[in-house]
Amino acid sequence: MTVSKTAIGRESGLSLRQQRIRAAQWFLAPMLIALFCVAAYPLLKTIWFSLTDTSLNNLSGGKFIWFDNYFRMQTLSNGAVRYKGTLVDPAWWNAVWNTVRFSVVSVVCETVLGLIVALVLNAEFKGRGFVRAAILIPWAIPTIVSAKMWAWMLNDQYGILNDMALNLGLISSKIAWTANADTAMYAVLMVDIWKTTPFMALLCLAGLQMVPRDIYEAAKIDGINPVKVFFKITLPLIRPALMVAVIFRMLDALRIFDLIYVLTPNSAATKTMSVISRENLIEFDKFAYGSAQSTLLFAILAIFVSLYIWLGKVDLSGEGGK
Amino acid sequence: MTANKMLKSIAFYALVVVIVVFSIFPFYYAIVTSFATGTALFEPNYFPKAFDWANYKTVLGGATFPRNIVNSVFVATATVLVSLFLAVTASYALARVRFRGRGLLLMTILAVSMFPQIAVLAGLFELITFLGLFNSPFALILSYTIFTLPFTVWVLTTFMRDLPVEIEEAAIVDGATPWIIITKVFLPLLWPALVTTGLLAFIGAWNEFLFALTFTSSESTRTVPVAIALLSGASQQEIPWGPIMAASVIVTVPLIILVLIFQRKIVAGLTAGGVKG
Repeated sequence: MTVSKTAIGRESGLSLRQQRIRAAQWFLAPMLIALFCVAAYPLLKTIWFSLTDTSLNNLSGGKFIWFDNYFRMQTLSNGAVRYKGTLVDPAWWNAVWNTVRFSVVSVVCETVLGLIVALVLNAEFKGRGFVRAAILIPWAIPTIVSAKMWAWMLNDQYGILNDMALNLGLISSKIAWTANADTAMYAVLMVDIWKTTPFMALLCLAGLQMVPRDIYEAAKIDGINPVKVFFKITLPLIRPALMVAVIFRMLDALRIFDLIYVLTPNSAATKTMSVISRENLIEFDKFAYGSAQSTLLFAILAIFVSLYIWLGKVDLSGEGGK
Repeated sequence: MTANKMLKSIAFYALVVVIVVFSIFPFYYAIVTSFATGTALFEPNYFPKAFDWANYKTVLGGATFPRNIVNSVFVATATVLVSLFLAVTASYALARVRFRGRGLLLMTILAVSMFPQIAVLAGLFELITFLGLFNSPFALILSYTIFTLPFTVWVLTTFMRDLPVEIEEAAIVDGATPWIIITKVFLPLLWPALVTTGLLAFIGAWNEFLFALTFTSSESTRTVPVAIALLSGASQQEIPWGPIMAASVIVTVPLIILVLIFQRKIVAGLTAGGVKG
């Protein structure tokens, strides 16, 4: 009697675990199917399109042409050799350079400014709640709206920023910030830094709040210079949080589209990889060519993330410490 | 208070003022502009001169803008509901059940949240035309799950992992099935996390531009960001800044109110996405 009872107990214990795993599979299935449909399949299809000569009007009629969209050699009838494809397209490399320049400058500025804002918010002072609410406003405003708002403020004729700079004597004549090739990138950077510094500040603040307060008090009693405290104690302690924040921002910056599309339309000085890919995909009739460019963008991002995680020893899983 | 200390605190508060002015001024100026009409629009005014609702009347009385707002509300709400529904069950499985390949699955989901949208644009375009969804709100709901779903799964999983084992064990002893455990035990505890992730997913869907621009083609199916980006005046040269600012204020004010109400929850949700180690 007792023996069979424990046997049954053990059996049902096993089946309970199996039952849970089976239930887990059912619970995961819809999410995995959805992700397959909106992520895996479209990505593979984009890569496939990049190896064909598909056009926008005839999506299923493309022929397989290997890597011709990326690179091909053409021998003309007079014997001259021409190179074609994205990899020898100066417009593409211009876009790559723009994207890299934009991403590095914006992320560096946002990290430094974000840290400063976070340090301010980490101090105790009257009205701290109000300041924290205020910095959330740029974050909450839709990118398109902020692009339009800044386009208006940067307007060459009636813009308030030209007016301010003129009154302060910073510039001698009105500048067409968004239209001028020399200043277009500065305009884009300005808006992006304004919009995303709050995000960085909040992530940095979360990191700062995990640093125990008594460390600062001990340093204060020992009479150590606050600047030294920051670089020797605070920065190393919040480094893991900072590394994760930087990679998320970097990925966002590398795929930037909407701000540039609205603020500086058709400006070669700011065109990024995403902008040029979409232009070829949808607006010009070069669907396969655009697919090749978006595939390259994906490859560049994937390599960058892998290197960053590997070299920076970033723990993204959140399970490392547990 | 010594002079040195006073100087330091003045410098500190100056910095605080700079931060606040820099954050608020652009939106403040958009509001000022949205109430200006005629020639007042074309001279820089630091303070509002008059409150003229004409721009708001132009925008809301227009043929399509109210429709665009309805589209945006519908798309964003549906996206949130779909992702939350799929994410709650999935994150229960990921957080509470041990099975082989769980870590790999989590990393895959995180990887999807890092996808550049442009990389799936061509494939999604084909899928959407194939399903006959082009130029309909369902095309947007489908495509928006690519960024809302991984995010909601990730945050809900981290949240559920931190709930104590005992609650679940008690339910198992009582013979509850996993479905009962989710709906009766976990769901009531999950509300704060659901509000946070739902809100962040809503903001993401409300602000999205690339898919909305590509997968809709007529004025009546556009969402608000696309409508504002493409708002044009009587002629090509004349950009209707007044109505654009009015439209911007209309779509931003509800968002700002929501964000300010749920401030703490949003900050917690944002940091749970990445930093919480």
